[in-house]
Amino acid sequence: MATQTTISATGNLLIAEAYRQVEPDVIAAYPITPQTTIVEAYAKYVADGRVHTELVTVESEHSSMSACIGASAAGARTATATSSQGFAYMYEELPIAAGMRLPIVMANANRAISAPINIHADHSDVMSARDTGWIMLFAEDAQDAYDNTVMSFRIAENPAVRLPVITALDGFITTHAMERAQLMDDETVKSFAGQYVPPEALLDTENPISVGMFAEDRFYTAGHLSTRRAIDGAASIIKEIGDEWGALCGRPFNAVNAYRCEDADYVIVIIGSAAGNVRHVVNELRDQGKKVGVASIRVYRPFPYQELAQAIGHAKAIGVMDRSESFGAQNGPLGLDVHTALYGQTQAPVRDYIYGLGGLDVTLDLIRQVYADLEETESIVPDPGVIYLGIN
Amino acid sequence: MAELTEIRWHARAGQGAVTAATLVAETALLQDKYIQAMPEYGPERTGAPLKAYTRVCDEPIEVHNNITNPQIVIVMDETLLPLVDVMEGITEDGAVILNTRMTPAEARAKLKAPSSVKVATVDATGIAIDTIKRDIPNTPIVGALSAVTGLVPVDKVKEKLVQTFGEKFSQAIIDANLESVDRAYKEVQVG
Repeated sequence: MATQTTISATGNLLIAEAYRQVEPDVIAAYPITPQTTIVEAYAKYVADGRVHTELVTVESEHSSMSACIGASAAGARTATATSSQGFAYMYEELPIAAGMRLPIVMANANRAISAPINIHADHSDVMSARDTGWIMLFAEDAQDAYDNTVMSFRIAENPAVRLPVITALDGFITTHAMERAQLMDDETVKSFAGQYVPPEALLDTENPISVGMFAEDRFYTAGHLSTRRAIDGAASIIKEIGDEWGALCGRPFNAVNAYRCEDADYVIVIIGSAAGNVRHVVNELRDQGKKVGVASIRVYRPFPYQELAQAIGHAKAIGVMDRSESFGAQNGPLGLDVHTALYGQTQAPVRDYIYGLGGLDVTLDLIRQVYADLEETESIVPDPGVIYLGIN
Repeated sequence: MAELTEIRWHARAGQGAVTAATLVAETALLQDKYIQAMPEYGPERTGAPLKAYTRVCDEPIEVHNNITNPQIVIVMDETLLPLVDVMEGITEDGAVILNTRMTPAEARAKLKAPSSVKVATVDATGIAIDTIKRDIPNTPIVGALSAVTGLVPVDKVKEKLVQTFGEKFSQAIIDANLESVDRAYKEVQVG
């Protein structure tokens, strides 16, 4: 019988709690603001004997991901957490984890990338993983961060998936703000996560294998094709696992959370903690008789192209809010994906807004400004490229 | 839409504003409210000005931005007044609670607060030094908040304080904090 307790907690504490309940065999991590309190809390669980995880306190993020790769290849259920420069420092290992098809789970406290140095929320760090083969789940609030983390082990370890998963949450806004949340009982989470039985493992001496081998062109390309098929196929598995967890906790799971989009003329697409701010403005504008909606993306990789097109393809104008840049491209990362999702589906203009970089506050006025802009945007051309919000 | 109460805290790092912002939120949670409590993080160090925020609502809180139009402003250090516009964006019927020895009338003049805004003063520092023996005016100011706004009942504040401080502090420190809450609850003046 699933029992939930109402608690107050930060996103980071809820991730540490989810890790405690799942109790991975190995966690290798290095602290960095604003991820630190995840590792701190987990280190305390280890010190108090509440979990029997091998906590590897490495000297850098490059080493933390290397240790995770080694542990996962050995057959251990493995997790970590990082942020920003730490994420950048482990980048070399990210495609290796995916290419070796290792089900590592990693929380990322989304934070700006230097220069200039800044410790606050944006998606500049995590977006650099979007081509690596990692599955990417985004949290809007602390509750999502918990739910995504619990689900991510099942997603990563699914025999048809076998890919690492990033559970991303916005730095400080979600990692450090204390919110009301529902914590599931330990037994239910443990039974939901189940025992991890690796399909093959370096420590399985009865069935010796080699991993991390050199591969010539054909094998190399075949490896990529297999990862491509796995991540594309992961979409329906993520939905099944999300629905199963949703039935237990009572919180529905959708790759795209479409809010009041059915009859909306003007729609914003967004990821992360600012989605609630947009919903707030949608309700306010709906009260004034304006037909507006918002779609927030929870599963960023594999990107839910069809679901998004179905949810918003009928809109007269679409505004994408990107919390990171893709310098030199016509749009930010999310803008590029939304254009792809809508290609051939609509002639509606899509405008891309850059917001919230380095923690720049996402005021309701900025969001009202986007909807006002969209109402006046009639033509698909000329596309002005990205429009920066909140700064001239 | 359900009533959303937003509090902005002005303090100097080290005065316990984040603990206070959290204490108020967690007390409201005891009453089945939805809550948020968060500091505005910067490169601050002890003594540097900081802001923190608390939101309390009967329904889930969707917004996750900074609070720009608070109904309640709490100033834990009056030396901030020349440096920070603590009245910025306060609602017309808002309330300011100031840690000072000034009377409410003196504070109102200093803050240039309109007559529609409630101004309350309490010597939270004096109370903290008497009871906790240190200049940490956070628990007294929560007692004052309870008296002035009724947002959180004082007995619930004390219940939560015993619960959270009980994990970290000795009984003597908990008792001193409980006394500081009671004293500020009684001594706060509204003008």
